[in-house]
Amino acid sequence: MRWTRKDLLDIQSLSAEEITTILDTAREFKAVGTREIKKVPALRGKTVVNLFVEPSTRTRISFELAAQRLSADIINFTAEASSLKKGETLKDTARNIEALNVDFIIIRHSAAGAPHLLARVLDAHVINAGDGAHEHPTQGLLDVFTMREKKGRIAGLKVTILGDILYSRVARSNIWALQKLGAHVTLCGPPTLVPRTFEELGCQVVHDLDAAIRDADVLNLLRIQHERQRRTMFPGLAEYTSLFGINRSRLAATGPETLIMHPGPINRGVEVDGDVADGPRSVILEQVTNGLAIRMAVLYLVNGGKSPRELAVETAQPDSRPDNHPAA
Amino acid sequence: MSTINEQSTVLFDAQGIALTVKRMAQELAAKNEDGGDVVLIGIQTGGVQLARQLAAHLTNLWGRTVSVGQLDISMHRDDLNQRLAPRVYPTAIEFDVSDKTVVLVDDVLFSGRTTRAALDALSDLGRPQRIQLAVLIDRGHRELPITPDVVGATIETDPEDRVDVQLGGSSGASKVVLEKAAV
Repeated sequence: MRWTRKDLLDIQSLSAEEITTILDTAREFKAVGTREIKKVPALRGKTVVNLFVEPSTRTRISFELAAQRLSADIINFTAEASSLKKGETLKDTARNIEALNVDFIIIRHSAAGAPHLLARVLDAHVINAGDGAHEHPTQGLLDVFTMREKKGRIAGLKVTILGDILYSRVARSNIWALQKLGAHVTLCGPPTLVPRTFEELGCQVVHDLDAAIRDADVLNLLRIQHERQRRTMFPGLAEYTSLFGINRSRLAATGPETLIMHPGPINRGVEVDGDVADGPRSVILEQVTNGLAIRMAVLYLVNGGKSPRELAVETAQPDSRPDNHPAA
Repeated sequence: MSTINEQSTVLFDAQGIALTVKRMAQELAAKNEDGGDVVLIGIQTGGVQLARQLAAHLTNLWGRTVSVGQLDISMHRDDLNQRLAPRVYPTAIEFDVSDKTVVLVDDVLFSGRTTRAALDALSDLGRPQRIQLAVLIDRGHRELPITPDVVGATIETDPEDRVDVQLGGSSGASKVVLEKAAV
């Protein structure tokens, strides 16, 4: 199917076909990264701005490299250096950036919905790189991409997401993507961080670790975000580790093919032991490689996407020029 | 997309295509003598099947396996700003193109822009000794200074016409259809 969206704001609003289009496109961009010349001219002359109002290193670098490998120019705009600190509104900041004729704004913000707000007021393509506890769509996509690559399918896969679900945008984007593609999602962790309300999204909520991981094809371990938690949620890291930390003896309960995933950064010895994170079932570093491919694919696809208004005009006046390659 | 005013003409049937492809292979063989360093690369999607068929003929003629790959040119197109992002098909070239004679293969040659993109995409993969272009149908209306080395057939078209090439291989019938645009 053809990708028509101007922006990538969340997974929730995407169809299964749209998600599959991104995954299929990313597969070909991953191949570009294995060549001697790792750059293609698809976004030549375009300007991308990383507007990161919340700190991040790996996602920002991944988008930066993705843009560069597509031959776009990219500048970074971080919270420390920004006029947001001086009282400017997000909308004004973004409009000022757009006045420099930028084509893409990649935004990370602590407020859920910030990318959606920008997409409404800007002509530039907007990509959500994480908004509060809402969504982190490219992370969800790269996780699903990695599972599909390793397991050959998503439909029918049993995926257990473990840890801090309540505060996790990664969990939400994973849940949406996995369910749309037909996986069975189980959530596990302390009841305060994994409330039963998630059952409304169609997930199974289990508070007993062994029961949650026994039949899992994939364990996606989320970072315990101490910085976001209030004390009342969480008695202490040591208690978390003793109840929910993944180590080699706990893994014995799972099948030998169970994948270990983690979006990083890892708290070694908290949610996962070092020897498991570095072990043969771990695909944590491949997730990083795949993240680059997903971000290249997203930039490539939204570049051709149009706002609903522009699309309406285009459909009314179809391109008179037939293509040599109708299927392309 | 067909409309009531559209006129479809079958230009080649399966037999006509088979003969044409065979003759193209003979011309390629004549152009490249012993063919020691010749490889074929089909442009996604229309050139892939044709490249396989040409490679099979050349394998017979030369008595050695002729390598064949497939190249997608979406990321190198010059119109990505003016269209929805084209679907990206796999590029699969399991050999080094450097110092080879690469025959780029496509089903239809039209504006030449696809060939231009293919030349760029190919140069990202290595430095061939030379590149040749083989197309089944040259329909004219070039927009770039590109000329094929081997042509199956040259046909008269209007720019708005469609040329539909179906190379079924083992499954489905092969044919070339010219769909005249509604007047």
